[in-house]
Order: sequence, then structure tokens, then C-alpha cells
Amino acid sequence: MKKRWLVLNSVIVFNSLIVVWASIVAAARLPVYILPGPLPVAQALIARFPSLLDSTLITAEEAVAGLGASIVAGMAIAMVFAQWRGLRQLAYPYTILLQTVPILAIAPLIIEWVGTSIFSVMIVTFIICLAPIIANTTQGLISVEENMVHLFLMHKATPLQALLKLRLPHALPQFFTGIRIAAGISVIGAFTGELFAGSTRVGEGGLGYAMTYAKNQMETAYLFALVIAATVLGFSLFFLVMFFEWLALHNWHESSRPQAGD
Amino acid sequence: MVNAPQSIPEIALEGVTKRFRKGAVALQDITLTVERGEFVTLLGPSGCGKSTLLKLVSGLSPVTAGKVSVNGMTPEDARSTMSFIFQDATLLPWRTVEQNVGLGMELEHTARSLRKERVHAMLQLVGLAEVRDRYPRQLSGGMKMRVSIARALASRPRILLLDEPFAALDEMTRDRMNEELLRHYTEQKWTVLFVTHSVAEAVFLSTRIVVLAAHPGRVAHEIAIDLPWTRNEATRESKAYEEQVTHASRILREVQQG
Repeated sequence: MKKRWLVLNSVIVFNSLIVVWASIVAAARLPVYILPGPLPVAQALIARFPSLLDSTLITAEEAVAGLGASIVAGMAIAMVFAQWRGLRQLAYPYTILLQTVPILAIAPLIIEWVGTSIFSVMIVTFIICLAPIIANTTQGLISVEENMVHLFLMHKATPLQALLKLRLPHALPQFFTGIRIAAGISVIGAFTGELFAGSTRVGEGGLGYAMTYAKNQMETAYLFALVIAATVLGFSLFFLVMFFEWLALHNWHESSRPQAGD
Repeated sequence: MVNAPQSIPEIALEGVTKRFRKGAVALQDITLTVERGEFVTLLGPSGCGKSTLLKLVSGLSPVTAGKVSVNGMTPEDARSTMSFIFQDATLLPWRTVEQNVGLGMELEHTARSLRKERVHAMLQLVGLAEVRDRYPRQLSGGMKMRVSIARALASRPRILLLDEPFAALDEMTRDRMNEELLRHYTEQKWTVLFVTHSVAEAVFLSTRIVVLAAHPGRVAHEIAIDLPWTRNEATRESKAYEEQVTHASRILREVQQG
């Protein structure tokens, strides 16, 4: 029920924003290169759809690859952290560091080292996605109730059994929270990477590259179309993760609907 | 009484002391034996270390001094003969009732076919065959506890350790669970070590009550309960039961007042 309300609310808010946007542009008689109204943006969106789609797919590829790698690595690191307390206390602060170091400062360095390829964009995305996955998954793995651990001990469970049959399933909700946060920022990561890396294939870059190009050409309407594409991409990834989360948890977990934020 | 030589008690604690890392003495010089087939209840005020004592017997927590032996073995070695039932049902929320009951056997690598057969039998025994495919969150408190009991029994323990298993249940459910537990007890002939702070529950269930005093936890009194078997609703209404409860309550009060 609540979900349906949420969808309806979003639609209403969205339409209202469009109306407000159109009214402002009309009332202030703003030129299209300063602030285009909804109509020129829609026209740009339709007219240049093929290149828009190309850019979106390139960014999507980078975001998904970076996110996927961060899920695999983040989970592995979290399992190591959960198994060895000493190591966790030693190394955990550095995962926070990952989150606080400005990606804008790191991106040029990575491109310097790896070169201007799609690969370096993926690395930027990977770095920005890693911290929330490590933090949330680790928390889930170590927050198992003591009695549960004792129960497993009474049945002579090995550490591996305890990990596979107790800690990992217990950590699933938090693991998905981490992925959800990471999915949202993966597009930002890919985007940031592209701003610096551009593309080796001229005119065929991802959204970030295309946006820099459109800005330089004063194609403001297309710039807006690109922003919309980026938003849609971010949302799609987010909802894709939510779908998997629902698949994995809806049977047994209290909150089939997502908790807000971290 | 064919198996196990009579000379070895099922559970034996000799001069056991447990001190926590922060220095507080939880249990001081406990000597206690439980013979095969006894239903012994540890009764005492909070802080008397009764739950800690169960943890020592199961080997989940090490003793500071003294010796615990189970069937002449160390608690760790004897684990396959023991089942522990916790205060909360400790069910895995991502597993169905059936999968939860089978957990212990699964961890112990019991063959799949045997596991299935026993899970089925256990579900019948505790009356949960109808809800085998449900998840824990869909169960009432009493049902959850039954799943927990079924899981413990599925491993065919000789010794059952119960840590206030019915404390969170309402009184009517608790009474019913007590009767069910006794039914299993008389059928399966376990040795039981049961922790509670309810005098009535202790009297109803036990063959013997061990009253513990607090600060530090120590054995203050032992009360033999000679109510007839089988115990049921009629037992609760009997004069003998009432007298035993009054008697045990008085002793508990005395112990608490020092």
C-alpha cells in the first residue's frame, strides 16, 4: 500500500516541477541557452536520442562494472574484517578514508596512471562504491546475536559453517543497504571519471564527456537532456538493486520496504 | 539404566568458580552433581549466576577454577550429547520452520534422508506439522519456542540444558509448554538442567531444585520435589504442590535476605 502511495506522490511532484519550470522560463522570457523550457529539452531528447542512448549505455557499462567489482571486493574485505577482529580494528579507518578523500582529486591521478580509457573510469567508480559496501556488510556480519553463535557452537559448527549459514544470511539486509547506496553513487563515479578521462572514441563518450561537450557548444537543451538521462540511469540502477533485495529478503525480513539512507 | 556405569554422574561440578574478566565473581566454589534421568532446576534471584552455570556445563564459557565433567568427559567433548535451549527461541529468520528444526542435524552432517525423517517426526511431536513452511516471523511466541525445542530434540540429546526458555511467554502458554516439556522428558528419559526464576515452574517440573544465592553465586539449598508423575493440570491444583511451592518460596526468600 505504502509503495503505491510513494509512486503516486512521485508522479505528482514530478509533474508539478515540470509546470513550475515551464512557468518560470515563460514568465522571465529566458533565452534557451540560459535555461531552456521543458519543450526544447524534450525536442533535443527526441532528435538526438541515438547519441543520447549511446552515451547512457557507455556510462551504464562503466557504472555497472565499477559497482560489480566493488560488490565482489567489498564483500571479500568485509568477510576478512568479520573473521579477524584485530585486522578490522587496524584497517577499518582506511575504508572511512576511502569515503572522505575527494574523488575529484583522485580521478586525475588514476587517469594519469591508467590512461584515458573506459577502464580508468571504472576504477574511479569502483573506489567511490567500495566504502559503503564494506561498512554495511561488515556491520551485518559482526552483529550476530551471541546466543546464535552459541547455538552453532553447541552443534559443533565449523567457522566456515557459521559464516555461510549464519553470518552471511544475517548480513544480507545490511549488504543490500550498502549496495543500494553504492548504486546511487556509482553513476556519479562514472560521471566524474568521464569528466577527466573523456573518451578515446571521439564523439562517442559517456554522459559526463557528452555533457562537457554540450556545455562548451552552448547546447543547453541537450545538456538538460543528458542530465535527465543520467538521473534515469541512477534511478534504474537503484531500483534494480531494490528488486534483487526484495527477491532475497521479502520472505523473511521484516522490512520488505527499504530503510531510509544508511 | 543398562548403559553408563552408575559411578559416573551425568553432570558433575567440583569446586567450580567463575570470575568474569572485570573481576566480578559470578560463581563461587560450586559443587553439584546431577544423576542420569534427573530434572534439576536452578532457582535463584537475578545475578546468582544460574545462566552462567549452564554456560559452564555446556563449555560455552570456561571455568576460572575447579572442574566440570559431563559423563566423565570435558563439556566440549560431550557436546554431541547435549542440547541447549535458549531464552529466546534463536530461530534463523531466513529459514522456514522445517529448515530451522533441521539446522542442528545439518551442522552435524546427518544424512539427508535421516534428517528429513527426524524433522518430520519432531514436527509431529511438537504439533507443528501444519506450519512447517512458515517463517519464524509468522509464528507466535509459543510456536517459536516449540520450534526451538524440536530443533534441540532432533539431535537426540541425552542432556538438555534450558536457560529460562519460557520466561517471555504468557502464563497460560508457559503452563502448557511446561506440560509438553514434561511429556517429552518422561518419554525420552533425558537428564535436564533447567534455569528459571519462577518458583511455581521449578516445583512443577523438577525432581530436585537447587537454590542459588547471589553475590557471589553459590549453592544455598537443595529441595527434593516428590510430586507424583505424571504431572498435569491436576498436579497444579493439588495440596502437595501448593505446599511445595510455599516451602520453596520461603527458602528462596530466606536466601535472598541473606
